[in-house]
Amino acid sequence: MLSPTALLDLLTGVGTTVAVCSIAIAAGMPLGLLIAAGRTGKNPILRLVCGLYASFVRAVPLVTFVMLIYFGLPAIGLAFDPLPASVFALSLNTAAFNSEIWRAGIADFSRGQIEAARAFGMTPRLAFWRIMFPQIWRKSLPPLVNEITLLIKASPAIAVIGIVDLTRKARQIAETTYEPLPAFFAAVLIYGVVLLALVAAARLLERRLSARTA
Amino acid sequence: MNFRLDVLWHEAPQFAAGFGNTVWLCGVSMILSLVLGALFLAPLTSRRPAVRRLAQAVVDAGRCIPFLLLAYIVYFALPAVGIVLNKWSAALTTLVFYNTAYMAEILRGGWVSIPVEQMETARAFGYSGFLLLRRIMLPQVLIAVGPVIGNQLIQLIKDSAFLFIITVPELTFAANYVQSYYFIPFESFLVSTLLYWILCASVELLVQRSERWASLVRRNHG
Repeated sequence: MLSPTALLDLLTGVGTTVAVCSIAIAAGMPLGLLIAAGRTGKNPILRLVCGLYASFVRAVPLVTFVMLIYFGLPAIGLAFDPLPASVFALSLNTAAFNSEIWRAGIADFSRGQIEAARAFGMTPRLAFWRIMFPQIWRKSLPPLVNEITLLIKASPAIAVIGIVDLTRKARQIAETTYEPLPAFFAAVLIYGVVLLALVAAARLLERRLSARTA
Repeated sequence: MNFRLDVLWHEAPQFAAGFGNTVWLCGVSMILSLVLGALFLAPLTSRRPAVRRLAQAVVDAGRCIPFLLLAYIVYFALPAVGIVLNKWSAALTTLVFYNTAYMAEILRGGWVSIPVEQMETARAFGYSGFLLLRRIMLPQVLIAVGPVIGNQLIQLIKDSAFLFIITVPELTFAANYVQSYYFIPFESFLVSTLLYWILCASVELLVQRSERWASLVRRNHG
């Protein structure tokens, strides 16, 4: 059984995981939309750069990506502390995956609606925010939540640069108490609760959104 | 900065060995968990709701555990209950255990996408049990979920990078070794990320090829 102090200690790890992931998700979603805009836009150079970025980052393991940013970037003059480096790495990573989701939403969107909005005198920007975005958002919500759960599950990667997240904390407790099972089991439970709660919340939101359209 | 291409060239065998280990670890565990996932299909599609719900709960729970945490459990916690694995068997166990939950869910998705009438028709023609599974259901399920399996393989390749933390000499381990020995983190991690990119892009290409092949098969037999 886990002692109360160990449990409290474990909760600080939960705090780190939740904080870093939340910032990365909040930053990654708009960033992903921006990359998707670049990939579907008219500028050929921007299309190529954004496409290459998404393809590259999606193919690289998060651990390797975190180390590239923390250990590698100082060589070209970009040095970060571990905490900003992990937030940076997670944001850039999830943005690439989000861009793929947004892009699919944009590609599926019927041109007719945009043309109609333009015919009614809406500026392209207004047409995007008023007509296109609300519909894309609704359709993209399930895959976006799926990406959030994937990010949380990959987030222990930040431990390689010294951030003590939930997984790392569980390992520390396992090593100091010489009882690995309770600490790891508690961590598994916490991840399970967080991820299942996320999926349930998304389902609820999805139902509410589709009820509004109906 | 000056780019240490000479060191990278000198250490190419390190990277090649790490790359090779990543490939075979992921390949072998993919095949094993495909088989295990197929075995899971029986309870997942069982006619008894209790069995079905229990199997689904196990699969869902398996998909909630982060890969690194699972690797820690296999490598550090299992010895506490008397199961001691070396790093290779710990790596394979983690990969297979982790991936089986996903494979089971993917195969179940493919299974329910096939119309019930198919199975009923096959039964009416005298197919049953293993023959029904092998000749009628599994080929269709595999063709239906092929691309998803490809994506899962890419996911597995990326998750396998975590194994360097339990000192399995795969690609990220090799990159980390080279960077710490020569102090060339940028070059070293750049090479390893490029190698991952090539590997994942090849899997994607293979999936596209096999999709084309599958649609040909479907047309010829349809």
